[in-house]
Amino acid sequence: MRIAGKGLIDRDTPVHFRFDGVAHQGFAGDTLASALLAQGVRLMGRSFKYHRPRGVLTAGSEEPNALVTVGQGAHADPNVRATVQEIYDGLEAHPQNAWPSLRYDLLSLNDLAAPFLSAGFYYKTFMWPRAFWEKLYEPVIRRAAGLGALSGQPDPDAYEKAYAFCDLLVIGAGPAGLMAALTAAEAGADVILCDEDTRSGGRLLAEDEEVDGQPGHAWAQALTDRLRAMPNVRVMRRTTVTGVYDQGTYGALERVGQHLPHRASLPRACFWRIVAKRAVLASGAIERPVAFPNNDRPGIMTAGAVRAYLNRWGVAPGRRVVVFGNNDDAHRTARDLVAAGVHVAALVDSRHEAQASDAYPVHAGAVLCNTQGRLGLESVTIRTAKGEERIAADTLAMSGGWNPSLHLTCHMNGRPVWRDDIAAFVPKPDMVPGLIPAGACHGAFSTHACLEEGRAAALRALSELGMTAKDVPLAEAEDAPVSLRPLWQVLGKGRAWLDFQNDVTAKDVALAAQENFCSVEHMKRYTTQGMAPDQGKNSNVAALAVLADATGRSIPETGTTTFRPPYTPVAIAAMGAGAEGKGFAPERKTTSHAATVERGAPMIEAGLWYRPSYFPDPGESHWRQSCDREVRMVRESVGICDVSTLGKIDVQGPDAGRFLDLVYTNMMSTVKPGRVRYGLMLREDGHVMDDGTAARLSEGQYLITTTTAAAGQVMAHLDFVAQGLRPDLDVRLASVTEQWAQFAVAGPQSRALLDGLLDAPLDPEAWPFMACGPVKVMGIAARLFRISFSGEHAYEIAVPARYGDSLFRLLVARAEALGGGPYGMEALNVLRIEKGFITHAEIHGRTTAFDIGMDRMVSAKKDCIGKVMADRPGLKGPEREQLVGLRPVGESKEMTAGAHLFEPGTEPVRVNAQGYVTSVGFSPTLGTMLALGFLRNGRARHGERVKLKDHLRQVETLCEVCDPVFFDPDGGRLRG
Amino acid sequence: MADLIARSPCMGLLPLEQGGVSVTELDPGPMTLVAPYKGQAAALSKAMKVAHGVGFPAANTTETGKGVEAAWFGRDQALLIGAVPDAALADHAALSDQGDAWAVVRVAGEGAEDVLARLIPVDLRDSAFPPGRSIRTQIGHMAGAVTRLPDGAVRLMVFRSMAGTLVHDLDRAMTHCAARGTG
Repeated sequence: MRIAGKGLIDRDTPVHFRFDGVAHQGFAGDTLASALLAQGVRLMGRSFKYHRPRGVLTAGSEEPNALVTVGQGAHADPNVRATVQEIYDGLEAHPQNAWPSLRYDLLSLNDLAAPFLSAGFYYKTFMWPRAFWEKLYEPVIRRAAGLGALSGQPDPDAYEKAYAFCDLLVIGAGPAGLMAALTAAEAGADVILCDEDTRSGGRLLAEDEEVDGQPGHAWAQALTDRLRAMPNVRVMRRTTVTGVYDQGTYGALERVGQHLPHRASLPRACFWRIVAKRAVLASGAIERPVAFPNNDRPGIMTAGAVRAYLNRWGVAPGRRVVVFGNNDDAHRTARDLVAAGVHVAALVDSRHEAQASDAYPVHAGAVLCNTQGRLGLESVTIRTAKGEERIAADTLAMSGGWNPSLHLTCHMNGRPVWRDDIAAFVPKPDMVPGLIPAGACHGAFSTHACLEEGRAAALRALSELGMTAKDVPLAEAEDAPVSLRPLWQVLGKGRAWLDFQNDVTAKDVALAAQENFCSVEHMKRYTTQGMAPDQGKNSNVAALAVLADATGRSIPETGTTTFRPPYTPVAIAAMGAGAEGKGFAPERKTTSHAATVERGAPMIEAGLWYRPSYFPDPGESHWRQSCDREVRMVRESVGICDVSTLGKIDVQGPDAGRFLDLVYTNMMSTVKPGRVRYGLMLREDGHVMDDGTAARLSEGQYLITTTTAAAGQVMAHLDFVAQGLRPDLDVRLASVTEQWAQFAVAGPQSRALLDGLLDAPLDPEAWPFMACGPVKVMGIAARLFRISFSGEHAYEIAVPARYGDSLFRLLVARAEALGGGPYGMEALNVLRIEKGFITHAEIHGRTTAFDIGMDRMVSAKKDCIGKVMADRPGLKGPEREQLVGLRPVGESKEMTAGAHLFEPGTEPVRVNAQGYVTSVGFSPTLGTMLALGFLRNGRARHGERVKLKDHLRQVETLCEVCDPVFFDPDGGRLRG
Repeated sequence: MADLIARSPCMGLLPLEQGGVSVTELDPGPMTLVAPYKGQAAALSKAMKVAHGVGFPAANTTETGKGVEAAWFGRDQALLIGAVPDAALADHAALSDQGDAWAVVRVAGEGAEDVLARLIPVDLRDSAFPPGRSIRTQIGHMAGAVTRLPDGAVRLMVFRSMAGTLVHDLDRAMTHCAARGTG
């Protein structure tokens, strides 16, 4: 219920939302948790394993119980903490892990079976039979235990990721963070101030206290406004720093649209990578619960959360409150409640020296030992020196002290140290280089101490950055000492919860120790304590205190488990923002793309490039019709194909020839200017890397080509050779792939086509096969290469890319006038299979020059990369699978790439395999299917028969082994 | 007979304008990759200075002269922009025509940095990236070049074939930034 006149909510702005199908109203400034509490809703979720009814425990991002799903269908966002979710008009939140409903959850039967579901239950129970794991145990467990579920659909919402840079990153905008930011900003440093809350102030928002004579929240707001007005400060609200990475890089998640009604263009969240020269960690502290029997009922909260709901949101979580603690904060809670007119039924203080009060009964030296109430707290049992006593209460505020939020300091494997006076771990200096902890996360618990540490941390950072600080005075604030006596658990009948999120009890931890999982890391894995989103925020110290007790060690001896990023859950959609759909990978489009698409050509991906599969003619309904026509067109008249996607590399310099001799197997230094030579490149290990051509444009300039697929790999390889292996050679490399639009003009009519297009007709004598040189097309300087990948008389013509679209259209028009036209990848593939030309289907990384029949291309006169290693035993000889051609000779004519080869009489099983098929295609020229493949000792077996067997597609075809060059074996057509 | 018609890399894709940020295509004129041969760096820089008024730029910088610019473009490489290289340069350096190889755009306006912060993992604050800085880095998933122009706008370059993706990525980032602005 609301307390009149209290809180930082805007009572003039009501907000309507739904939870669990019921309409509710809150106010602007409310979280889902505060609005529900104000409406008297205490039951907000069911627990992970036992389906225990749970309510809100905290008021911050550490909330383990009140996890809800926001939104519906593909937009649903599971495991949202109700304590973080701001309400907005139209918000729909649903409880999780309950069936059929939150109030009547059938799976709460698990709770009755609790004696069997102790730590290590899965490991002990589901050992056998093995086959049951996937089919029975896992699905059942998955259904019974768990949190929210993903929709299973692609996430349609927008997400962002972004980068930011600063001199000083301040993590947390409480008193310490604000003071650090101000000190650094006044000195002129570029400051980023991040806070996961919607407004600055940290703990000041939750407490009734003054700073510099004004309410703490007002002081924080005024300081934030001042910072925001400075040009060198960026204040990032709703931004949780989630991880620390090398070299001052911090991951942070900003909630951009999650607190607003849905808008398609507004990202839900943004994942930031912030690079900071220095950082101040001012992340505060998290109050820890006490493990006593049945300490998990709705209505039981941390004392600090009760104060937060009261002071910040004007919500009294109940009508009769019992406060239980081991420190002075418990008294503060009771005082605040009484001042607001809420009845405090008792203050139970485990310390015997606890001070009495006029305003409420104080039970000194007493503890909570049980609670009652099915779907919410109804009464508590306290244990005093006089015995046990039951007190009616609908709310219990508990405090076991505070744990500094030092998680980020541990992200680079640092381990914190124990401080006895506050019974907590604190960061050691320099656990993360450049990250300075200050304030409560550093064990400084008074507001004054936080302000002081914040300023000191900024001064240290400024001095390390060589910046001069101005005098920034400290505000006046409370400086109460910490008074606390450790209390981790209260023994008694019933389960005492340590980790609410993972349903781990004090008994589970003791059992782990008893079963010799004594190391804190083993205990964590055995019990699941502190795992998953919780990352030990609520239970870590208490659990290891219980473990320490069970193993007879001290807490520092026991140590902590590893805190891992992210500090709070981060949607993968935010980390991968932009990398879906068109953002998955760059699309590379050739200059002929538009003209190609206009012709209705289906595009296929070749690496990042888009290339036409075929160009359908009117009346053609199957790709084979188009492909066959295009092949015949090239063989009979002339075809045009965009080959710009092949890699092109300028190789220049006095040593260009020597350099190419090293990277190619054959001799390139002897190529004369104006001539092209085909070449093969090996990897260092002797296998083929790539093939292509080297055109010598002039004495000192070569232009080499690579395959489309290996362009990047070859460029990187050449750079490595030039910089790493032969830095003595004077050679310079430049990728010019994008500079030139290049088109194959292939077929018997190719010269006729060009003669009408070039500014001067070609002189056949000057343009033999493998010639190259400059030409002009309508006054534009172009390059012409007489090379052929089709086996026909063919050219490739290159113009500066700006003219690519225009030239392609012109070439196609001229080809059509000669009875030809454009051709796509399917026809290109058939043409080269007919000729036995290889692609990366054949040079797939496991084949050698010997295997593909190009052993003689490895020059004996010189060394080259890969030559020595290619001579290793086992890489040459009859035992190798060698490139062959295959054609069907039996009844079945079907051939498939990927099929394996067997001798006809043998069983088609692995041990009998003789080779495999790499490329297939129907040859309209020869009227049959053709294949290329690798067959053991294949070159000596031409004329033999083998059985092609594709086990996946159920194909079996008898084939004849033949030379891989099916068509025009002496090459008369391409030279002619 | 018809002429060959030139098309710019971003033809039909630009300009874009959203939330006060504009993206326009730049026509940089001739562009040539200049890579000095062994021991020729100083001589090349001198020849460039004589012929074009700009020397060979230091790493991550660009030198601007009258209508001519020399931008650092990688190890031992500079991109000469705005002029056809003088023949004398070839004595000292390998020259490769790049005038058609790059999509070149200008991103300007209040909030341009916010848009670019979504695509470029580099510190573009004025203090770290004033006019005269030019770097090779990633733009989205693409390898590119980023330069601060004298007027404070930012020039981006990616492979010509990736112009569509560049515009797509910029458009998306601009949409998100603009949506925040109105929230």
